Amino acid sequence: MKMTGAEAIIQSLRNEEVDVVFGYPGGAVLSLYDALYKANFNHILTKHEQGSVHAADGYARATGKVGVVIATSGPGATNLVTGIATAYMDSIPLVAITGQVSVPMIGRDSFQEADIRGITTPITKHNYLVKKVEDLPGALKEAFYIARTGRPGPVVVDIAKDVFVALIDYQYPKEVKLRGYHPLFEGDLETIDKVFEELRLAHNPLIFVGGGVNLSDSSEALKVLIEQTGFPVISSLMGLGCVPFDNPQYLGMVGMHGSYAANMATTECDLLLGIGVRFDDRVTGPTCEFAPKAKIIHFDIDPAEINKNVIANLRVLGDMKWSIPALVQRVEQVSEELKKQVRAWTEKVRFWQREKPLFYKRDTDNVMPQAVIEKVSQLTQGEAVIVTDVGQHQMWVAQNYGFKNPRSFLTSGGLGTMGYGLPAALGAQCGLPDRKVILFVGDGGIMMNCQELATVADYQFPVKILILNNQSLGMVAQWQRLFYGGRYSHTSLKGGHTDFVKLAEAMGVTGLRVKKPEELDRVLEQALATPGPVVVDIQIPETMDALPMVPSGARLDQMIFGEVDE
Amino acid sequence: MKHTLAVLVENKPGVLTHISGLISRRAFNIESIAAGYTEEPDTTRITIVVEGNEMEQEQVVNQLSKLVDVIKICDLTAVESIHRELALIKVNASVNTRSDIINIVEIFRANIVDVSRETMVIELSGDATKIDALCQVLEEDHGIIEIARTGKIALSRGPIPAKA
Repeated sequence: MKMTGAEAIIQSLRNEEVDVVFGYPGGAVLSLYDALYKANFNHILTKHEQGSVHAADGYARATGKVGVVIATSGPGATNLVTGIATAYMDSIPLVAITGQVSVPMIGRDSFQEADIRGITTPITKHNYLVKKVEDLPGALKEAFYIARTGRPGPVVVDIAKDVFVALIDYQYPKEVKLRGYHPLFEGDLETIDKVFEELRLAHNPLIFVGGGVNLSDSSEALKVLIEQTGFPVISSLMGLGCVPFDNPQYLGMVGMHGSYAANMATTECDLLLGIGVRFDDRVTGPTCEFAPKAKIIHFDIDPAEINKNVIANLRVLGDMKWSIPALVQRVEQVSEELKKQVRAWTEKVRFWQREKPLFYKRDTDNVMPQAVIEKVSQLTQGEAVIVTDVGQHQMWVAQNYGFKNPRSFLTSGGLGTMGYGLPAALGAQCGLPDRKVILFVGDGGIMMNCQELATVADYQFPVKILILNNQSLGMVAQWQRLFYGGRYSHTSLKGGHTDFVKLAEAMGVTGLRVKKPEELDRVLEQALATPGPVVVDIQIPETMDALPMVPSGARLDQMIFGEVDE
Repeated sequence: MKHTLAVLVENKPGVLTHISGLISRRAFNIESIAAGYTEEPDTTRITIVVEGNEMEQEQVVNQLSKLVDVIKICDLTAVESIHRELALIKVNASVNTRSDIINIVEIFRANIVDVSRETMVIELSGDATKIDALCQVLEEDHGIIEIARTGKIALSRGPIPAKA
């Protein structure tokens, strides 16, 4: 069928079952936007391209589908960069379609020209520059395939302006033929046998789950593995939600702001099963002192993750959808023996849990951030989709919200992108209109993409936005307090003139405020019961630390706990 | 330890950018890189000499393999292989010194590919140490004006190709 390149894109999006795109129009994509208009394609207009790309990312994390973002050439495309890097670091499937100046204008520093392919090479799984309309359907087919298969990731398809109007006899390829891309699905059963042998020998084993379990949707299989082995479990930030917080074997998050029990168990274990983790520095501390007594077994779909940060004694390559059930099958017959094998270890782990549980100082004069999170956790019964920005509040949420489901915690883990939260929350709400989506954000981070309050209002996405307002850039201030002699260089926002309630109202969002602890429950209940988007400005103490904490460069067992009373 | 990798890639625009981008981003230590067409028109062969310990070497191979346009990587250090580099050397050569240079060129089995009143251009292929040795002699006795070297290319001995 003859059609224009722009129409071919719409048709390809339909073939990929894309039901919504996030974007922002501009000169180079005028023809594409014309085709969107004519096709009446579902499009969410954000107020900034960075908002679009984070929204597509939030949509992808929440739904498991590929997020799609459209931007124009030059500044439109470069405004996507932070969002693409965010998605790349957390392995989120994303297709970014960018307009490029027309083919004869490429390379001449034309108006709104930027080499987005060159710029995004180090932060994409793959990227394309389409200069011929014949190449367009193939590039899109490959882009979606690459984004969602294997270890997911963002793919950029940069399309020259004249390609949108060129005519093509459209045919969408049925399959993808890439000589150099073979996403690993099933691994070697012999390695599973070897893992099994190690399990039988271990006395202090520990299961460590990460974002890979979320991405591969294998938390059900993981649940069986945990149950059958009786082994204690810890999680990375990206793995939160894969194991319900109230599972008795679950010790919480590990790492810089991990729980005492999780960090001690990591230090003392003799076998560590890392499942879909990448041993990030926020987890390990100095890698030479990480899990010093343990044999490490690394399960991952990406061979390049093995031995990148820590040396694995054994590797299990393949999709977790294959490897976890394969291991479960071996474990089933010896389940009781394994549980017996770890009885003493379980006692020890329970002791650590009792010895130093997560703790915060109760306060009758101030609203404590942990109390806010606990209350939201209780009101939503752990069933909400929780989105965070980056900083102290992110760690408090990770520690204190009772996650029950996978894909229910959306956060920029790898890149640590401030400004991620609000647009990601709107993307998640767009993908899951019937779920409660709650954003926790700092008073610093909300301002980085606060323009998207207007988007949330325009589309009436009923996101509940809880600003934990400590009038400071809290995490940086915490480091200044602990390691820089309390010299608060440019981290105090005190005396600022922004009124978040008025800001919300100006953009068309309901604004509420909490100043005193006695107001907290009532206002939170009111916020959750109010239809449409709501901002709650919650004033918390200025100088609270996110604790416990492992200082940079220290071992996991060298944690700071802060003041302990009661 | 040095490793010589034969990297077979799609012959498409942007592939070298992807490879060089990855090498710089991951801070890999690359000694030389040489690319050229192969017996298959849609394949380019890139020979990369990388310096590093076993762990670094494994990372280079794994990270490069992840690139969609990289079809196959073969570590030619692990198998018996032939390694060659081509150098063009422009050396000072007056009427009086020409014959000495010709002698040196013969000893090294190099070729003279250009002569002017003041200079000669010498072509030599071989392994890096042989080229280094010729350069050293020419520099000390006559003075080198400029050198162009291709970087190493390599091929395994015997019937099995890298793509197999």
